[in-house]
Amino acid sequence: MLGLWLFCALLLIWRSLDLHLVQSDFLSRQGELRNLRIEPLPAHRGVVTDRDGRPLAVSTPVATLWANPRELMEARETWSRLEGNPVLDHRELARRVERGEGREFVYLARHLAPEQARAVLEQNIPGIYELEEYRRYYPAGEVASHVVGFTNIDDRGQEGVELAMESRLAGQTGRKRVVRDLRGRVIQDIEVLEQARPGQDVALSLDLRLQYLAYRELLAAVDEHDAAGGSVVVLDARTGEVLAMANQPGFNPNNRAGIRTGALRNRAATDVFEPGSTVKPITIGAALETGLVRPDTMVDTAPGTLRVGRNTIRDHRDYGRLDIAGVISRSSNVGTVKVAMQMDEQVLPGFLERFGFGFATGLGFPGESAGLLPIRARWNKAEQATLSYGYGVSVTAVQLARAYAVLANDGQRLPLSLERLEQAPVGEQVISPDIARSLVDMMEAVVGEQGTARRARVPGYRVAGKTGTVRRMTRQGYAKDRYVAIFAGMAPADNPRYVTVVTVDDPGGDEFFGGQVAAPVFSRVMTGVLRTLNVEPRREPGVWAGSGNGGGSS
Amino acid sequence: MSREFVREMPGEQTGGSGGTGLAWRLHLDSPLLAALTMLCLGGMFVLYSAGGESTQMLIRQAMRLGGGLMALMILAQIPPRTYRFWTPMIYAGGIVLLLLVMLVGLEAKGAQRWLRVPGFGAFQPGEIMKLAVPAMVAWYFSEKSPPPRLHHVAMALVIILIPVALIARQPDLGTALLVAAAGLLVLFLAGLSWRLIAGTLAVISIAAPLMYFFVLHDYQRTRVDTFLNPGADPLGAGWNIIQSKTAIGSGGLTGKGWLHGTQSRLDFLPESSTDFILAVLGEELGLVGVLGLLALYLFIVVRGLAISWKAQDTYSRLLAASISLTFFIYVFVNMGMVSGLLPVVGVPLPLVSYGGTSIITLLAGFGILMSIQTHRRLMTR
Repeated sequence: MLGLWLFCALLLIWRSLDLHLVQSDFLSRQGELRNLRIEPLPAHRGVVTDRDGRPLAVSTPVATLWANPRELMEARETWSRLEGNPVLDHRELARRVERGEGREFVYLARHLAPEQARAVLEQNIPGIYELEEYRRYYPAGEVASHVVGFTNIDDRGQEGVELAMESRLAGQTGRKRVVRDLRGRVIQDIEVLEQARPGQDVALSLDLRLQYLAYRELLAAVDEHDAAGGSVVVLDARTGEVLAMANQPGFNPNNRAGIRTGALRNRAATDVFEPGSTVKPITIGAALETGLVRPDTMVDTAPGTLRVGRNTIRDHRDYGRLDIAGVISRSSNVGTVKVAMQMDEQVLPGFLERFGFGFATGLGFPGESAGLLPIRARWNKAEQATLSYGYGVSVTAVQLARAYAVLANDGQRLPLSLERLEQAPVGEQVISPDIARSLVDMMEAVVGEQGTARRARVPGYRVAGKTGTVRRMTRQGYAKDRYVAIFAGMAPADNPRYVTVVTVDDPGGDEFFGGQVAAPVFSRVMTGVLRTLNVEPRREPGVWAGSGNGGGSS
Repeated sequence: MSREFVREMPGEQTGGSGGTGLAWRLHLDSPLLAALTMLCLGGMFVLYSAGGESTQMLIRQAMRLGGGLMALMILAQIPPRTYRFWTPMIYAGGIVLLLLVMLVGLEAKGAQRWLRVPGFGAFQPGEIMKLAVPAMVAWYFSEKSPPPRLHHVAMALVIILIPVALIARQPDLGTALLVAAAGLLVLFLAGLSWRLIAGTLAVISIAAPLMYFFVLHDYQRTRVDTFLNPGADPLGAGWNIIQSKTAIGSGGLTGKGWLHGTQSRLDFLPESSTDFILAVLGEELGLVGVLGLLALYLFIVVRGLAISWKAQDTYSRLLAASISLTFFIYVFVNMGMVSGLLPVVGVPLPLVSYGGTSIITLLAGFGILMSIQTHRRLMTR
C-alpha cells in the first residue's frame, strides 16, 4: 500500500518536472500563440489645407463595429438587447450575421461616432467588437470638392488631390504586439513593433477665400443662365499656382449618397472645349513675333465676311478698317484670319504649342486632359483659318488659363502647381516680353467702350481679357444654338499678376455670349481676388478700367 | 503490506509531538493544523489570482474554510469511541438521505445531487458518505481479527457499493469513485490478501472497457476519449486539458509571477478557480510552486498516516489511514487530471479549489484524525 502510495507521489513529481522543465519551451510558445497577437496601429491620413493652413480635408477617429458571426450565432438570445438601437437594431444585426454565417468577420456599422458605438457595445453582446478607423471630413464641403476629391470608406484616395497625392497623404499602418483574451479583447499592449507613421500634410496652392468666391459666383451664374455647367480657374501668373478652381455641377464630399458621377468631374481640368476667340490674342502675338504686323497695322475687315476655300468666315457686323488692337477688342474673325493667313501654315500651331496647347499643365490632376492640338504636315486653308480663331484645337480651362498666364507673366511659361510653392519655378520664355505686354495692352480694350466685354470691368482696377463664344460640340457635330461662353483675363493690367478663366457651358437663356455670360463672373471674381489679396487700386479716382484705345497709358 | 500494517501496530506509544500544551488540551494536532493552515492560506493567494482578483470570491472561500475549521475543531473534541458508536447510525442516515436525493433532490447541470434543507441551505449527502463509508467499513472490521474472511469482504463490498451506486446514479462519478476508494482503502488496510487485490484489479481491467460501452454516460465517455487523445478535438472536449498543460508548462521553473499568468487570467483556462486551479499555480509560480504544494500535501498525508500508525484500536487506525489516503487520492486525481496523466474527473484540488462542500468534508475528516491522535493517551489511561 505504501509502495503504491509512494509510486503515485513520484508520478506526480515526475509529471510536474516534465511539464515545467522538459516541455516548458514548447508549452510556453503554445501559450503565446494563444494570447499574443499582432495588431495594426491605425495611422491617420495627412491633412490637406489651403495655402494659409485652412483645413480642406481632415481625418477624425471614428468607431466601426464588426462581428464574428460564429460567436453571435451562439448567443442569439442576446440580440434582442439591441431592439430600438438607432444605429444597429436587432433585425439589422440578424440580417448581417445571417448573411455572413460561417465567416469570422463582417462589418456591422462603419464610421460611427464613438458614443454611438459605445451604445451598442454596452449591451455586451458576445461577438460584437469595435475597430478604430479614421473618417475623412471636408470642412470646405462642396466649395473645394472637385480639387480636394475624396477617399473611400477604407480611407484611400479616390478622386482629386486625395487620389493624386495618395502616396504622401496615406499613413503607414504600424504594428503592435498585444495580449488578447479568449474573447479577443485586447488586454494589454506589449510592444510597438513598428510605429504608425501618419501621412504627410499637404498645403495646396488654393486660397480658400478665393475658392469660395469663385464657387459662389460660378454657381450664381450657372443658376442665372440655366447652364449645364461651368468652371472658374484663378492662377497666380507669377508662380503658376492655382489659387482657385471651381466647377458646376458640384457635390458634397461629406455626403456622397445619390450624386451623379457627372458631378464628380473637375471639369476645369478634365473637360475640353474649343477656345474660340480667346485664341485670337495668341494668333496676333504670333503675327507680331514673326514681324508680319505691328500694333498699329491697319486691317480692312469689310465687308465683314471672308471666303476661305469653300467656307465663308463672318463677323457679327462689318467693322470696317481696324487696327490690330481693334481686331482683338471687337473680336473680328475676318481680321484675325487675314492676319493669320499671311503666316506660314506651321507657325501658329507651333506657337500654340509653346503656350501649352496639347500638353498637360503639370498639375498631375487625376483624369486631367492635355487637350488636343493637331499635328499636321499640311494644313489646308480652311484649317489654317479656323485654327486662328480657335476652332480645330481643344483645351481645358486650366490650359487656357496657363496660356493667358504666359501673356501676363511677360511671355514666360511656368508649370502649374496645385501645391503652395515657396518660390516661383523657373519658366521658359516663349514669347518676347514686349509683345506679351503689348498684347495685354490690346486686351485692355476688350473691356473698353468699344470692346465685347464691358461687363468684365473691375471698379478701381485695370483689367485685360478676351471673350470667347464657341459653338458647343455634340455627337452630331456643332450644335446650332448651343454655346460655351468663355472669358479669359488678367489684372491688374499694368502689371498683370492674376489670371482668371471663366467658362459657362450651354447657357440656356437669351444671353450666351462670353461677354454677357462669362464676363460678369470674371468681373466679380476678379474684384474679390484683387481686394482679398490687397492689390492697390488705380490712383486716378473715378476712372474705370480700360481706356479703349489700346495704348500703353500707364 | 496491508497485513503488516495491521500486524505491526505498536501497542504502547512513547509520546506524540506536542504531548502537552494548549493545542493538545484543545485536542488539536499542531503539525497537522499548521500544515492545513498554510495550505488554506496559500490556496487563498492562488484563488485570488485565478478568480480575477475578486475579493467577493475570496471572502466566500474564507467563510467556507472557516466553517470547515470550526467543524474540524468540534469534531476533534469528540472521542473516537463515540464515533465508533454512532457510525452505523450515521451510515444508515446517509443512505436515507441519498434515497431522498433521488426522490426530491435539486437538479442542477443535469445531475440530481443536492438536498435542500429548509432554513439551512442545500448540501450534498454524497459528501457525508465520503466519511461515513470508510467509517462504516472500519467499524465492520474493528471487531474481526485479520485476515478478513471472504464473506466479510463480500459484506464490506456491499456496504461500500450501496452508497456508491446511489451516488453514481445522480450522476456524480467523481464523488462515487472517491467514496468507493475510501471504502476500499479500509478494506485493503484491514488485511485483504494480495491475491484478492490482484483479482479485483484484473476484474476492473476487464470491466473497464465494458463499463465504457455499457455503463458510462456520454459525457463520461467523452472524457475518457479526450484523455486518451486530447488532440482529437482541441477546440471542444480536448480544450480543457490542452489549455491546462499549456498553462503549467509555460510557467517553467519559477513561473510568470503571481497575478501574471496569461493563460489563466485571459480566460483561456476554463474552470481556473475550481478544478483546474493547479494550472494557475503552475503557470504563475512554476515548478517551485507546484512542488511546494505537493510537499505540503505529502506532509499532511504522512502526518495522517503517522497518526493512524500510532492509533490504538483497529477502528481508529483504519479510519485514520482511510482519511489520509483518501485525501491523497484527491490530490493525485486532481493533479493527475490537470497535468494530463488521468482523464478529467470532477475532483477539486483539496482545500485550494474554490467552492464545494468538499472543503467542509475534508476538514471534518481532519477533525476526526485529530480526535484519534489526541484522545489516544486519555483512552490508554
